[in-house]
Amino acid sequence: MKRTGTYGIMAEFDSATSLMGAAHRTREAGYIKLDAYSPFPIEGLAEAIGFHSNAVPLVVLIGALIGGLTGYLMQYWISAITYPINVGGKPYHSWPAFIVVTFEMTILFGGISAVLGMLALNGLPMPYHPVFNVPRFAFATKDRFFLIVFSSDPKYSPTETRRFLESLGPRSISEVPD
Amino acid sequence: MKMEEQNGKSRREDVCPSKKDKLDAALDLETARARIAATKGPEYWRSLEELAGSAEFQEMVHREFPKGASEWVDSVSRRGFLKLMGASMALAGMTACTKQPLEPIVPYVRQPEEVVPGRPLFFATAFTLSGYASPILVESHLYRPTKIEGNDRHPASLGGTDIFAQASILGLYDPDRSQTITYLGDVRTWGMFQEAIRGPLSVQKGLQGGGIRILTPTISSPTLADQLSSLLKIYPQAKWHVYEPINRDNVYEGAKMAFGQPLEARYDFEKADVIVSLDADFLYAGFPGSTRYIRDFAKRRNPDSGNMSRLYVVESTMSSTGAKADHRLPLRAVDVETLVRVLPVVEMMNSNPPGLNGEQQVFAADIWRDLQGHHASSAVIAGDHQPAVVHALAHELNQALGNVGKTVFYTDPIDANPVNQAESLKDLVADMRGGKVDILIILGGNPAYDAPVDFGFADALKNTNIPLRVHLGLYQNETAELCQWHINEAHYLEAWGDARAYDGTVSIIQPLIAPLYNGKSAYELIALLAGQVDASGHDLVQSYWKKQHSGADFDVFWRKSLHDGWIEGTTFAPKQVALKTAGLSPHPATNANALEINFRRDPTVHDGQFSNNGWLQELPKPMTKLTWDNPVLIGPAMAARMGLKTEDVVELELNGNKVTAPVWIQAGHPDNSVTVFLGYGRRRAGRAGTGAGFDMYPLRSSATPWFAGGLKITKVGGTYKLASTQGYQTMDTPNGATRPLVRETTLEEYRKEPNFAKEEEPPKELTLYKPYPYEKEPYAWGMAIDLNACVGCNNCIVACQSENNIPVVGKEQVVIGRHMHWLRVDAYYQGDRDNPKAYFQPVPCMQCENAPCEVVCPVGATVHSTEGLNDMTYNRCVGTRYCSNNCPYKVRRFNFLLFQDWETPQYKMMRNPDVTVRSRGVMEKCTYCVQRISEHRIDSEREDRKIQDGELQTACQQSCPANAIIFGNINDPNSRVSKLKAGARNYSLLADLNTRPRTTYLAEIRNPNPELKG
Amino acid sequence: MDERIQPVADENARAPVIEPGYSFGTVTDKISSIVLTRPTSNGWFFGFGVAFLLTMMLLYAIGYLFVRGIGIWGVTIPIGWGFAIVNFVWWIGIGHAGTLISAILLLLRQSWRNSINRFAEAMTLFAVASAGIFPLIHVGRPWLAYWLFPYPNTMRVWPQFRSPLIWDVFAVSTYATISLLFWFIGLIPDLATLRDRADSRALQIIYGILAMGWRGSARHWHRYETAYLLLAGLATPLVLSVHTVVSFDFAIGIVPGWHTTIFPPYFVAGAIYSGFAMVLMLAIPIRKIFQLEDFITERHLQNSAKVMLATGLIVAYGYIVEGFMGWYSGNRYDAFTIWNRLHGPYAFFYYMLLLCNIVIPQVLWIPKLRSSPVWLFLVSGVVLVGMWLERFIIVVVSLHRDFLTSSWGMYYPTRWDWMTYIGTIGMFLAAMFLFVRVLPMISIFEMRTLLPEAEVKE
Repeated sequence: MKRTGTYGIMAEFDSATSLMGAAHRTREAGYIKLDAYSPFPIEGLAEAIGFHSNAVPLVVLIGALIGGLTGYLMQYWISAITYPINVGGKPYHSWPAFIVVTFEMTILFGGISAVLGMLALNGLPMPYHPVFNVPRFAFATKDRFFLIVFSSDPKYSPTETRRFLESLGPRSISEVPD
Repeated sequence: MKMEEQNGKSRREDVCPSKKDKLDAALDLETARARIAATKGPEYWRSLEELAGSAEFQEMVHREFPKGASEWVDSVSRRGFLKLMGASMALAGMTACTKQPLEPIVPYVRQPEEVVPGRPLFFATAFTLSGYASPILVESHLYRPTKIEGNDRHPASLGGTDIFAQASILGLYDPDRSQTITYLGDVRTWGMFQEAIRGPLSVQKGLQGGGIRILTPTISSPTLADQLSSLLKIYPQAKWHVYEPINRDNVYEGAKMAFGQPLEARYDFEKADVIVSLDADFLYAGFPGSTRYIRDFAKRRNPDSGNMSRLYVVESTMSSTGAKADHRLPLRAVDVETLVRVLPVVEMMNSNPPGLNGEQQVFAADIWRDLQGHHASSAVIAGDHQPAVVHALAHELNQALGNVGKTVFYTDPIDANPVNQAESLKDLVADMRGGKVDILIILGGNPAYDAPVDFGFADALKNTNIPLRVHLGLYQNETAELCQWHINEAHYLEAWGDARAYDGTVSIIQPLIAPLYNGKSAYELIALLAGQVDASGHDLVQSYWKKQHSGADFDVFWRKSLHDGWIEGTTFAPKQVALKTAGLSPHPATNANALEINFRRDPTVHDGQFSNNGWLQELPKPMTKLTWDNPVLIGPAMAARMGLKTEDVVELELNGNKVTAPVWIQAGHPDNSVTVFLGYGRRRAGRAGTGAGFDMYPLRSSATPWFAGGLKITKVGGTYKLASTQGYQTMDTPNGATRPLVRETTLEEYRKEPNFAKEEEPPKELTLYKPYPYEKEPYAWGMAIDLNACVGCNNCIVACQSENNIPVVGKEQVVIGRHMHWLRVDAYYQGDRDNPKAYFQPVPCMQCENAPCEVVCPVGATVHSTEGLNDMTYNRCVGTRYCSNNCPYKVRRFNFLLFQDWETPQYKMMRNPDVTVRSRGVMEKCTYCVQRISEHRIDSEREDRKIQDGELQTACQQSCPANAIIFGNINDPNSRVSKLKAGARNYSLLADLNTRPRTTYLAEIRNPNPELKG
Repeated sequence: MDERIQPVADENARAPVIEPGYSFGTVTDKISSIVLTRPTSNGWFFGFGVAFLLTMMLLYAIGYLFVRGIGIWGVTIPIGWGFAIVNFVWWIGIGHAGTLISAILLLLRQSWRNSINRFAEAMTLFAVASAGIFPLIHVGRPWLAYWLFPYPNTMRVWPQFRSPLIWDVFAVSTYATISLLFWFIGLIPDLATLRDRADSRALQIIYGILAMGWRGSARHWHRYETAYLLLAGLATPLVLSVHTVVSFDFAIGIVPGWHTTIFPPYFVAGAIYSGFAMVLMLAIPIRKIFQLEDFITERHLQNSAKVMLATGLIVAYGYIVEGFMGWYSGNRYDAFTIWNRLHGPYAFFYYMLLLCNIVIPQVLWIPKLRSSPVWLFLVSGVVLVGMWLERFIIVVVSLHRDFLTSSWGMYYPTRWDWMTYIGTIGMFLAAMFLFVRVLPMISIFEMRTLLPEAEVKE
């Protein structure tokens, strides 16, 4: 079926356990484009909705390496190449003295890339999102758990999907306008 | 505050102060005028005094500033002073460019004769103290004299100077100098004065000058003496009186006793194997000939020469001469005579002579034995403050030992009028009180402040309304205050003149700069009295010498004399003298327990004439390292008995006169005796001198000018903060250990173990890194300091201060340890506190090859030059002070506040244009006078050669009379410094830290009498 | 099963990290209401007012410093560093607790941290800010302090990377940055909560912007936790390195009393020591005032006390080693430094230091006192004083008598030293007051995970 002006259908649950169960059964029912919302991280929920790949560690690794290299090379370039000066009879390239800054730069770049990487991959900041149109979704940051099947899902049908979700015994069902 | 911010940015120093300064001066003038509008006459000056002394003013000075406030630091008060001076300064046209003197002056060769901007010229002239000339060369930048150096070709200097000569450059530019002629405090002109004095003089013509009295300090100037005698021919009844608080009456009286005529003794310590000093501080500035004596003495103190001399010192207070003694005996001044009298017979005595204890007797015996062993090669020298009879006895001894003509020479006194100055002043006061004086001319000096208390000179001057009282002086001082007329005197660097050195050699004093404030010299004033209106100093001096040296070649003679700095053939020839064997008066019995008080000239402000010289005020006294004050020195034993601690305040009472002052416990001071220093407690000195220290003249009477018994000393409670620049004055730490900072041994031990000073130094290879290849460089600068030669005269400190534009910080800052001297001389006392060994150690920057300071500087403001200098880049310094913390020698100095005076125009003219003037918040330190190195490098490169050894001297080295500091290229194995460093005595300070200092020391060797124990 | 929910089912007698009887809703409301609904008390206004005035005093002192120069302080030659550096090290040390609790305890899966990490991190930020002031203003020409950063400039000059001060610049600025990020990341889900709880449009917008559109998607949570964990992994060596680097300022120097290899470990220990002391000094009044005893329980106090006890003993070991090496090295200068601490003019402060850092804290061996808020508060105060004294001894007493006896000196702080020091304390408190007022001082979402219902039953 084609887009129907809805973004998806959202079911509200009142416990982590029921959300988890619902997520599994939705997957078993063959839906692939779905997401779950919870007020706190739930172990395994991501897997349950079929999300596996996670690029954050790679981003951090790259960031940290760049930081470390920058740190050391900057010091080498400054102290040994562009501004070589005899300081207390020490050689221009006194590597032991350069370790501290190298280390700090590694941490700094690693940390920043962890944060920015996470936000970027999550597509944040994103002030508007269709799910916010659902009034009850406000409780997603308090004590309610939501499962949504996106209208982009090939198996999606306004009636079928709604019926299926009702079969999961949610507290409420609401259609998310696009 | 706004002012401060301007100061933050460094300004270029100009020969002509900028427009802005003119503006300031004008403003100051107005404010000053406004303040004094109401008042007139003497009232005017007093009101300024009060203003300066007023509570509000003090409050303004110290506002919001608990610890650091001081007139030198606090620009608030500096502005205040500028206001006070505004009037006179603007009148003096300080804002005009400097002019060279009108008459031709002759530069010293080694330099092109024409002025090249940026290239200083040198001129030979002479600085005089109590008549004695110190021959000097003055460095002049575009006719601004900036630095004083010794005249290396003059026998009395040989390149050395003394602290007073060095610091006199600051005296020239002292903004507190008297800058106008005044009558009752109102500004007058020279013309007005000529008018005013014409009438009274013509009256005196009738009286044959019976009412004219002229009071001068000691005068050695042939010209001035000639002028005065011709003046006395014009006015036969007029009288010429001479007085100086620090005079040589005892010397001349002693000579009269011994030889029937006033004579001066001259010594040749280069020939003396055994020297016995009877309370004579002959190795310190102010003792006639000290500069030359130090050189000769130091020559004979080289342990490697094989003929090291031996010095015995008997002294009544700890002096730097005593510190250098091989055997030192602290003895009350009054007992010195006893010791001298018993010397020849002491060995025959089996009982203690009266006044001497066993130890002292043994000491005397040993001296005598040693003297006997060195016939014709010893010298006995008596101190100026020992009574005449001691001098006579010393002459006898020298005769008996056959030293006369060998090590001791007698010459005419350089004093043109060698009268007994106490008597002379006494007569004057009598005449004043007797109403016999109509015109009193005071040529310099400050008798109202420093005359003996029993004369009541100031009182006589104030209350015996003498119709015409004229004071010629550099300052509006206590005496000027009591004279109607004050003539602002020209500084010796501004006026022509001549004077005799200690050996009689005459130097022509040629001015370096036209008088800043149109001051007059004594020559010109006397000429005026003699009727020569507007005779110039130059003509007076020249015409006198024309008389002496008639002939066609006068111009050559004149040029040569000016150029060389002295006049050929004027040296006094030694006189053949016959000892009058007239028995000396028997020695009055002395009371062993009577408390004695010693009056000494202050080591830095002398008799008080230098009390407004900031450099000298802040120059640490050689033995106490105190600045800005003159406490009462007492011995440790006496202090313990009286329960006195350093800084406790006591009251001294001597025949009715009382003075309260703090005490300083001085190791090595004789028991039952205290020492006080004259020259402090000035009321009208200027921003630096006024109010500093305590006036001791009220205790000093003409009968006992140098020491007196019967002192009463009582603790009055309370303490007084003293500013010492040295934290701790021994190498023994409180935990009982000793630190090998000054390495010392006896000659015998040294012969047995020459390498005793060497210390386990980490091997060069012992490093992760490859050492920098300094040996490949053309130059590697290094310095060796010979502790054996150094006599602690402090000359290097002042020379450094002058050369490197080092600011004065004021007492409050010194108290909290912020003095700025790049070079300091540490004094350490070791052993028995009642008679300790004392050592001097000059400490400049060590210029370490592995400099700990450089590694920790975050911005690379202090880094190493290829020639091994530890360079300081002021512009890059942000002031973390990490380098100072990490400097084991603590030679770095920090501008905690705006110490440098950026406002006073005079100081702008004084500064060395080759050295950056540092501003607030930057670190500074000794640079090995890098500006001199660059200058010589440029010269040598232009001539396509290397810098010769010896052509390049640092300021401290140049001024050192003892040649204790040797600087040069250690990459050149034949340079003097390399040879010294190769010697056995060479050691580096804190070598175990592996800092590899370029400055090293030659260990000190004493030469005690092997037969003498202790 | 998630380790973090284990302590809730609390078999052994230990106090729980959160009192029973709470649900997602109540936890959320209790914490968010402090920010959103609870009326601002007069006490808050008074406390903030006082702290604010002290901050103004700090600005005045610094202003005058800029005008006159650091000569208004007691620093001199040979004591080139005084209160400024003492306070810097003291504050940086305090600034260690936050990140340590958040990062290291997270890696160690100490779930009890969840209720104190948020304001511990805030405390860290403010402490680091207070510390950061000193290195900038203590230099002779503060307006040039930026020269310590390597930036291209027309002078063509660069910093000198062998200097520990440059290491400081990098260590401290890195630490500040990472701590800020760590703290902010932790805040995002709670900001979303506040966004959704806030009634007024204005607050919704403000918190909304800060929350960056967080909606608790499972994918987001997944990346979020990874990033948070990695950040913790990076912050752990960082927090250990910072005080190590600070200790290099001294250890690299050759001053006797500075030049010692024991410094890095015992500086770090001392930092954690004083950090936890500060955490307790803040936590104890806060839990009382905002009735958070259920979240910040005896358990937290107990654990913090134990950490202090442990680190305190490490510090004591540091002192012992210093003394031992002074004697064992046979170096006359080191030996004297120790002697001087015990008998010199500043001996009194050294004994006070031993009393505050070593003797008194031993009362924490008594379990009763460990769980008594009053006692912990007092002991923490004593430890903070002691740690300040330790830095005073290290900086001033080492410098005032070093190699050449001739250049020994004494150090006396001036009123400007005190005003600056007390001023930073005021600034620190003012920031804390604002923080507890506008942000959730306890991590709401992490508290949720501690609840039984957070458990997913298969």
